[in-house]
Amino acid sequence: MSDSWISVCDESVLVPDTGICAKVGEDHVAIFKVAGSGDLFAISNICPFGNASVLSRGLIGEVDGQLYVASPLLKQRFRLNDGVCLDDESITIATYPVRVSDGQVEIAA
Amino acid sequence: MSKQKIVVVGNGMVGHKFIDTLVNDPQGEQFDIVTFSEEPRLAYDRVQLSAYFSGSTADDLAMTTPQYYDERGVRFLLNDKVTGIDKAAKTITTEKGEVESYDKLVLATGSYPFVPPIPGNDQPHCLVYRTIEDLEAMTASAKQSRVGVVVGGGLLGLEAANALKNLGLEVHVVEFAPRLMAVQLDEAGGSLLRTKIEELGVQVHTGKATQNIADGEDCRYRMEFADGTHLETDMILFSAGIRPQDELARQFDLTIGERGGIVINNECQTSDPDIYAIGECALWNNRIFGLVAPGYSMAKVAVSHITGGDDSFEGADMSTKLKLLGVEVGSIGDAHGNTPGSISYVYSNGAEQVYKRLIVSADNKKLLGAVMVGDTSDYGTLLPIMLTGMDLPANPETLILPVTDGEAGGGMGVEALPDAAQICSCLDVTKGDLIESIQAGNHTVADLKACTGAGTGCGGCAAMVGQVLNCELEKMGVEVNNNICGHFDYSRQELFDIIRSKKYTNFQDLLKDHGHGHGCEICKPAVASMLATQWNEYVLKDEHLPLQDTNDVFLGNMQKDGTYSVVPRMAGGEVTPEGLIVIGEIARDYNLYTKLTGGQRVDMFGAQLHELPAIWKRLVDAGFETGHAYGKSLRTVKSCVGSTWCRYGMLDSVSMAILLEMRYKGMRTPHKVKMAVSGCTRECAEAQSKDVGVIATDKGWNLYLCGNGGMRPRHADLFATDLDDETLIKYIDRFYMFYNHTADRLQRTSVWMENLEGGLDYLKDVIINDKLGICDSLEQDMLRVIDTYECEWKKTIESPERLKRFAHFINSEDGDNNLAYVEERGQRRPATEAEKRGQAIPAIELVD
Ligand code: SRM
Ligand SMILES: Cc1cc2nc3c(=O)[nH]c(=O)nc-3n(C[C@H](O)[C@H](O)[C@H](O)COP(=O)(O)OP(=O)(O)OC[C@H]3O[C@@H](n4cnc5c(N)ncnc54)[C@H](O)[C@@H]3O)c2cc1C
Ligand code: SF4
Ligand code: FES
Repeated sequence: MSDSWISVCDESVLVPDTGICAKVGEDHVAIFKVAGSGDLFAISNICPFGNASVLSRGLIGEVDGQLYVASPLLKQRFRLNDGVCLDDESITIATYPVRVSDGQVEIAA
Repeated sequence: MSKQKIVVVGNGMVGHKFIDTLVNDPQGEQFDIVTFSEEPRLAYDRVQLSAYFSGSTADDLAMTTPQYYDERGVRFLLNDKVTGIDKAAKTITTEKGEVESYDKLVLATGSYPFVPPIPGNDQPHCLVYRTIEDLEAMTASAKQSRVGVVVGGGLLGLEAANALKNLGLEVHVVEFAPRLMAVQLDEAGGSLLRTKIEELGVQVHTGKATQNIADGEDCRYRMEFADGTHLETDMILFSAGIRPQDELARQFDLTIGERGGIVINNECQTSDPDIYAIGECALWNNRIFGLVAPGYSMAKVAVSHITGGDDSFEGADMSTKLKLLGVEVGSIGDAHGNTPGSISYVYSNGAEQVYKRLIVSADNKKLLGAVMVGDTSDYGTLLPIMLTGMDLPANPETLILPVTDGEAGGGMGVEALPDAAQICSCLDVTKGDLIESIQAGNHTVADLKACTGAGTGCGGCAAMVGQVLNCELEKMGVEVNNNICGHFDYSRQELFDIIRSKKYTNFQDLLKDHGHGHGCEICKPAVASMLATQWNEYVLKDEHLPLQDTNDVFLGNMQKDGTYSVVPRMAGGEVTPEGLIVIGEIARDYNLYTKLTGGQRVDMFGAQLHELPAIWKRLVDAGFETGHAYGKSLRTVKSCVGSTWCRYGMLDSVSMAILLEMRYKGMRTPHKVKMAVSGCTRECAEAQSKDVGVIATDKGWNLYLCGNGGMRPRHADLFATDLDDETLIKYIDRFYMFYNHTADRLQRTSVWMENLEGGLDYLKDVIINDKLGICDSLEQDMLRVIDTYECEWKKTIESPERLKRFAHFINSEDGDNNLAYVEERGQRRPATEAEKRGQAIPAIELVD
């Protein structure tokens, strides 16, 4: 599905272990850079519990080696690699392919 | 085999217990259960009835729900009274005409309040205290009354007096006997109780027999007493004892006691073997039991008998421990020393108003009874000693003598109790039951409660349950795990010590040396807070940024739609007209919803990320600073207007509040901290509900510590009196830093103090007497934080680098198009989901 990559920002903007939100078409996409490994993840920015565009502002955490972001609203945790909600596995949010190319962070839409 | 049909008359506490026990019995399936209640609702917790006045609702008091009964096939008919029994046909009939057959009939009809036959007792504002409807009537009557009288100075009467007092009435208690709580207390105990209650403003009239209730002159009624005196009042609450509700049994020829009560045998059967009676309506061995615990035992016995078991009822202990109008009262066993040859030991402390008496067998070996007024801390130790017949220590008086410094104290801790000792009398849970449950893996008080039921009745045993738990865990060698989270095997206090002694200044180094994994949303903000308390660096420094909750990252509280609130500091609640105008202009320009907070300042809601810097620039330019409404830090120091304007003011409470707020502002703490300063004892600033409360007297400041509003309100404790400014501040500095160093994560000062071994006295020792020799370093730590304060918003708007984060999108100037608002009362508010979907037609237009 990754037919076109859209560049959203300079990689230097990302502070390790924090997120930012990018507009990709009509979507709000949260992009995180993990401290240490420097891995990038992109998931929907909309918290499905509060229906608000906030996930990029959550804290990154780890449980049993799985990385997640905790919603800043009511603290539900979403796994970064596949968008599954660790507190209610019936809920999954969208994930997006993300890469760095020429120092630019790119999302596939 | 067809199911047996059980009809339960009355769905009170005991009727419900019976049903609940039967449906959970392995044989429960074999029974069809129907219950009738005269009241409009299923069983509720009558024991906690008074909590209704402090905000509990009928739902909070409910002991079950219609769904619970439905799911278990229990049929129930509310608002319908059983009026007839046909013992031969084995049917009952109700007021509404229902006829129901039974195999076994259970009468759990409880009791009714006794109203003495005084002429005039049936007037509108003459009430009783038993049901939720009674409470509603009391509340309504109190609204139209100034003075209230409780007839009866027993347990319930005093509880009712407290309720009237809380409803704001001038309260009198009229008692026929020569003393209060004549059943439970001896003369000295009763008279101390009276002194204490009168000090609280409740007037007590003993030895008064009311003869007539006439029209009053100053009040609605005049109560005329046999001795020729009288008392005027607007309402009268009868609490002169209870009478068993045995009407049905009387009418349909079951054996009744001479003074009422349905006679039962040890199996709880009445004179008709297919009819049982349990709870307050039942008379066993010529005794009525007006407490819930014996009723619960009867319920269990009846279930056992019906299902073929062989439990039997063997009476019950009527010891009680209560807090009446804030006065602790305890009575155990033979409180009057009626046992022939018994010996008494008495401890009486006039200064602290404590009275204790032990009643011991003639051979000085067994405890027969005890009376306690003013301090019931020994109740939990004494009751099991009496109930289990344990041998007393050689000098029984040590059991009630206060522990003085240096001595181990004579008391016998929970450890000394045998397993058979009953810890929770309401739910009949023994020490052995608790130990079994602890060994099965229930290692918190909450788990123990859920598993054994202990502590879920009157709650009086909670402290004992906690002691048994700790004692048992210690024996099992289990260390109570208060690790902060899975990434650090340390408590907050331990981590703080590590940070301070090894001078850690960032999370990554701490995690590398002392933790494992990547960290999480629990340890990161907690460590950020500790680093801030210790080193007070800018919270948005790159290395701290990933640790902060969103509120700290964007220096505002996130609202439900992802926007933020803006709260400038208004120390002491003081604000100039110019300041207000600036705030008004900003709120208007950015269309922010504006309201006054409970913390005496203005909150503006609905700012988007990209708007925050401009808003704060204008605020900072006008001289405002951040209010830290987002931080786990000092919130506000509320003040009253104090001596500068108020005619009662003793000292300048506003200046003191501002001084305190400016001194401690911004410091990160384990949880938020609130303070208040009142100018006199009228306490308009509500200082006693704060972590730190200061009240002016004619001799200086009184300092109160560890109060809390919120979920579990707690009045602050008086810590020191008549302080000058300097000493006041010194004590608060020390207190505040000691809390910072030793509290758990998200632990308010109230809970922290309650968990400190030694409690308030220990705190006094540390802070006033410098018992630990740490006061100097506490003060220095505090000074460092105060000296390095800077306004986070000021610093942030000065740094273009930082401001980059204040945008909804990194790649667009647009705001958040997911937001929607409607207008209400002249301001905007977030649209509800239905409004957003356009399903509900908003009464008001959607605005942007
Ligand atoms: C704005 C305000 C309500 C109002 O409109 O008046 C408020 C709003 C919030 N309160 Fe409060 N509390 C506000 C005064 C109070 C008070 C009254 C007071 O301070 O005198 C109390 C009871 C007193 C006390 O805390 O002892 C209070 C007890 C709580 C509690 C319960 C704390 C407890 O120990 O039980 C919480 C939850 C918590 O902190 O865990 C809470 C949490 C919150 C939070 C932070 C909930 C949240 O996470 O979103 C609310 C967000 C504030 C915001 O968006 O700006 N708020 N809150 C008040 C702000 C005061 C201020 O100027 O800073
Ligand atoms: C304010 C207050 C405080 C108390 N504090 C304590 C305490 O701290 N500790 C303690 O142990 N005890 C306390 N008690 C006593 C405790 O509440 C009672 O012991 C307990 O409620 C008895 O339960 P019961 O089921 O026998 O009676 P109830 O709870 O009174 O239930 C009887 C039910 O049967 C209904 N009923 C009666 N006749 C009929 C009929 N013919 N048809 C249909 N329904 C009928 C009644 O309306 C009632 O709902 C307190 C009581 C009060 C009022
Ligand atoms: S607490 Fe006292 S000084 Fe302050 S406003 Fe109230 S009455 Fe006046
Ligand atoms: S003693 Fe009442 S709840 Fe335990």
